[in-house]
Amino acid sequence: MENLQLVFSEIFLSLSIMFLLILGVFKKDSSKLIQNISLILLLITAVITFNETISVSEEKLFNNSVIIDYLSSFMKIITLLAALLVLIISSTYLKAFKIFKIEYPILILSSVLGMMIMISSNDLIVFYMGLELQSLALYVLATFNRDNIKSSEAGLKYFVLSALSSGLLLYGCSLIYGFTGSTNFDVIATQLNSNEYALTFGIVFILVGLAFKISAVPFHMWAPDVYEGSPTSVTLFFTMVPKIAALTVFIRFLYVPFLNLIEQWQMILIFLSIASMLFGAIAAIGQTNLKRLVAYSSIGHVGYALAGLATGTNDGIQSSVIYITIYILMNLGLFSCLLMMKRNNEYYENIDDLSGLSKNHPMLSLSLLIILFSLAGIPPLAGFFAKFYVFKSVIEQSMYFLAVVGLLSTVVAAFYYLRLIKIMYFDKEKEKYDTDHSIWLKFSLTASTLLILIYFIFPSQLIEVVSRINIIQ
Amino acid sequence: MNFPLLSSLILLPTIGALFIFFTRSSEKNNNTVKYVALFTSFVNFFLSIYLWVLFDQTTSEFQFIEDRVWIENFINYKVGVDGISILFILLTTFITPLCILSINNSIKTRLSEFLIAVLIMESFMIGVFCSLDLVIFYLFFEAGLIPMFLIIGIWGGARRVYSAFKFFLYTLLGSVLMLVAIISIYWITGTTDVVELYKIGIDVKYQNLLWLAFFSSFAVKTPMWPVHTWLPDAHVEAPTAGSVLLAAILLKMAGYGFIRFSLGLFPDASEVFTPLIYALSVIAIIFTSFIALMQEDMKKLIAYSSVAHMGFVTLGIFTLQQQGIEGSIIQMISHGLVSAALFLCVGVVYDRMHSRLINTYGGIVSIIPKYSVLFMLFTLAALGLPGTSGFVGEFLILMAAFKDNFLVAVIASLGVIIGAAYMLWLYKRVVFGKLINNDLKQMIDLNKSELFILSCLGIPTLFFGFYPDPLINTIEVSISDLIEMYNYKLVSKF
Repeated sequence: MENLQLVFSEIFLSLSIMFLLILGVFKKDSSKLIQNISLILLLITAVITFNETISVSEEKLFNNSVIIDYLSSFMKIITLLAALLVLIISSTYLKAFKIFKIEYPILILSSVLGMMIMISSNDLIVFYMGLELQSLALYVLATFNRDNIKSSEAGLKYFVLSALSSGLLLYGCSLIYGFTGSTNFDVIATQLNSNEYALTFGIVFILVGLAFKISAVPFHMWAPDVYEGSPTSVTLFFTMVPKIAALTVFIRFLYVPFLNLIEQWQMILIFLSIASMLFGAIAAIGQTNLKRLVAYSSIGHVGYALAGLATGTNDGIQSSVIYITIYILMNLGLFSCLLMMKRNNEYYENIDDLSGLSKNHPMLSLSLLIILFSLAGIPPLAGFFAKFYVFKSVIEQSMYFLAVVGLLSTVVAAFYYLRLIKIMYFDKEKEKYDTDHSIWLKFSLTASTLLILIYFIFPSQLIEVVSRINIIQ
Repeated sequence: MNFPLLSSLILLPTIGALFIFFTRSSEKNNNTVKYVALFTSFVNFFLSIYLWVLFDQTTSEFQFIEDRVWIENFINYKVGVDGISILFILLTTFITPLCILSINNSIKTRLSEFLIAVLIMESFMIGVFCSLDLVIFYLFFEAGLIPMFLIIGIWGGARRVYSAFKFFLYTLLGSVLMLVAIISIYWITGTTDVVELYKIGIDVKYQNLLWLAFFSSFAVKTPMWPVHTWLPDAHVEAPTAGSVLLAAILLKMAGYGFIRFSLGLFPDASEVFTPLIYALSVIAIIFTSFIALMQEDMKKLIAYSSVAHMGFVTLGIFTLQQQGIEGSIIQMISHGLVSAALFLCVGVVYDRMHSRLINTYGGIVSIIPKYSVLFMLFTLAALGLPGTSGFVGEFLILMAAFKDNFLVAVIASLGVIIGAAYMLWLYKRVVFGKLINNDLKQMIDLNKSELFILSCLGIPTLFFGFYPDPLINTIEVSISDLIEMYNYKLVSKF
């Protein structure tokens, strides 16, 4: 008998999704109710997952195809909390566009379910199942503002390109299955034979698929368009939550079955990382739309997270996890600011709209200032520590080239963050924005800003939590 | 554990800043926030005087050490002072209140934000001078960019955006390489604690690269030729108080860094690269002096003279002799006082005439005599007249340079002559000559607070010029031990 308790959170979430669907069909005008229920459900699921963490160190289920360990629990909790916050702060935005519908929370819940399956997967098939579940939900979310042509375009683009990458990924899976005779990560690890070049091809194809999901250069082309076209609250979701799951799969896939082939994939990862960091920094300079700019900046940040993974050590993995956690915190604050820039139910998302923000809204612009400096990686803000840990683990492996290129690209990236600050603080003011924001929006902005600001007082807490993640035994 | 004096010095300005932040600012309570800022910075100054009184001059050990775990098994929050750093802390706490006092009318908008930036800046700068851990040092060193960027960008002149960006990106570019070096040091030795590193030393084969990485950061910050170009821009565009902070304290962080880290941690590499430093210093002295000679903007002229003065400082540090390093530190302190005063002098006439161009002025000696006298004093101090603090530093540096390398010393001495030329010429054109511009007749002489600030800067300039012993006594033991350690490490070849 399998210990079903360990996947109780997934079971609970899927049952709740079905319940919500039924509720939505039978009860009229239930979008607000369903939104509130979803919030509570996410919170409960997070608590359940947290309880698992305390009792379990590492456990495998269903013929070793699902793994519950510290990494999976940690990433699931971050995913759930991030989704919770996205849901909580997006309601005003959705109401403004008259798309506050029951489908929105349900789609978010189902994509979160897909991600949880991805995070726990220890088998290529389970992993692919989770991936498709989350992707299908995300396609619909991208087109959620269906009367808007840009939103429809974003969804279609995302769907076509994502389907292509899924195809590549499947092809890679089949190659690996063909040469090792199994889809299970543990079995693959024992069947490895580094002389099989086809196996390397399999790894490359899967990496391409994953790089697409995490929007690493050169598989990033969809990101700016999709981020720009989707409704802002969905963009917020895109920039944070799927990246957590994809990063976990990156870790799991590279470090469980293919750790011994590190010479084969290390170069690929270094390339992905350097290309993303440089391209993200340079391409963002010319952007005038804030959401596009965030897209490029997120490409750059993914590059830093991948730099930690390229090291092949536990330290590297931990630094990547820390990076993605702090990145999510910063992104949450950034988007809270974006969602506050509205006037008469109209949202503004060009960088010129930030002009002179500091005169009209001193507190909002101060928060944005702190968040932007943190994104640029200036001490003593949290963003600096994220980069610091990554580069510490990179330099410990003597990968100086990666470290130097990465740090130089932070200087380039600093330029466009500074440009936003310049527009906010040095330029002439425009009309005022509305100030009647929902309490949750204010809360998420204040909380994320404060955490970024005072992170340096207690930096060891996060490290302590993350240091229990030991993938390489 | 004793009272954490250094942490209080670091934290106090930040607490003041927080207090101002929570006081809702409006035009009415502008005076209140200013008094709060003044009060905090004066308390900090007296606290640092107290520190100096308690300071034991007979030992080169670090004193007032605080050592707390910050990140488990990795970094400790460790601060402490020795003879080298204590003077810079005093300089910081001395200049900041004067800086705040000097903002009478020059900052018209967002006064409370400006004061917050200045106070936070003070915290970071004190942190730089007393941190005894490389990562902590880097944290403070870099964090200072944020308030300075805002000071230049928000309250600066016409080309403020360009200058602020240039300042920020130049400095950041230099510093990221230092970050790589710091992490590498951790990887090589397993610690970033400076005291520990002094003891165990760093393997010779790594030293050259690490030295260059630190150099890239300090060279930009000093600034040394050819990466000095951000300084004139930043100075010209920054508001007076910003220029004062920049010239008096920010530039000293690099000089301090050279002594503390480049000499202390990488003696072999310092030996290798001494010719490079000599060459760059001499070029800076001669080249920027000539550029200064040709400037039409007063602030730019003083900015270039700063580069030349810092050239003397780097020259003195790398002579690796007692007098040389002592001279460098005194030169830095003196430059901190004198350049601050000169920028304030420019600020005084700028507030009245709204022009920094030299040819606007001329013949103002009869209109504003008090100003002219004080301006004279600082001009003479800047060119190193005996009896002013500028002389002591330059003299010691040149003496050490003559012992080490005759040619370098001769060329550097020529720089002193050009220095005298541009400073006196500036003074002649601004203060003497015929009164052509009739608007100048409306000018009012120094008011009480301006007089107070300039006298505060003038008294130590003269005092240390005649009697530099208090300074030298403070730094003497620390420097002689530093040199001893340096030579010991060179011989024993770690």
